[in-house]
Amino acid sequence: MAELMELNYTVSNEDFTRAGEASSDVKKKLKQLGVSPDAIRKVAIALYEGEINMIIHAYGGKIKVTISEDAITLILADKGPGIADIEKAMQAGYSTAPDKVRSLGFGAGMGLPNMKKNSDQMDIKTELGVGTTVTMVINI
Amino acid sequence: MKVSDLNKFDEFSLLSDDKDTEITGVFCCDLLSIAMGKAPSGSAWVTVMANVNTLAVASLTDVACIILAEGTTFDSTLIDKAKEEGIAVYKTDLPIFDAALLVKNSL
Ligand SMILES: Nc1ncnc2c1ncn2[C@@H]1O[C@H](COP(=O)(O)OP(=O)(O)O)[C@@H](O)[C@H]1O
Ligand SMILES: [Mg+2]
Repeated sequence: MAELMELNYTVSNEDFTRAGEASSDVKKKLKQLGVSPDAIRKVAIALYEGEINMIIHAYGGKIKVTISEDAITLILADKGPGIADIEKAMQAGYSTAPDKVRSLGFGAGMGLPNMKKNSDQMDIKTELGVGTTVTMVINI
Repeated sequence: MKVSDLNKFDEFSLLSDDKDTEITGVFCCDLLSIAMGKAPSGSAWVTVMANVNTLAVASLTDVACIILAEGTTFDSTLIDKAKEEGIAVYKTDLPIFDAALLVKNSL
């Protein structure tokens, strides 16, 4: 599985105005590479939700995107509070987002379910007080 | 109907730049996570949620245009950003349902 490209982004803490920068940039690059619109949309949705989660629930973090011939791998790592109960967090509608975040249109508890739905593989490694790493693979 | 055909309606005013993209449907939602997951590309997205993330969601989902309903609007910074990203944004005083119906009935 030859690696074609690796992209790295830093997501800053509490900066909603910049949310989506990584997803937009990845989307542009995938378009240039001629990846199918369907796969691009999946990557964009999964990555954007992940980006938003790092801003709302952690204190920002780092994103690594690896593009190979047959898959796109998204690794989102933060040093936030971690997730106490992953099973609960994965349920549609479950959210601990504060009202401030809700008033911006987020916090519907659809992020992790959206990420799962749009990726072919998803894995969450989390430790309370240490951080969370979400890895998603989208086949192309 | 093309996005630019919305210019013909008194009810809609253009905030950014229009385009010739075909509108293929109408989608209504204010929760950005739901819009992100469900807004069909090519649709006219009607919402009252008017912030920078609305633009991000529109761009990532490839909707044909954003229609801000109920008199909500973008400030000049957001309008500039919409122009920069090539996202057509309209505003209307109509409620979401009426705005969506007006577009839908014209498709
Ligand atoms: N990176 C993260 N760090 C800590 N907690 C998280 C993270 N991502 C998600 N969570 C937890 O999982 C819950 C569900 O996430 P999600 O489905 O994206 O919904 P929402 O972001 O709308 O709350 C969040 O409310 C939060 O409690
Ligand atoms: Mg979320």
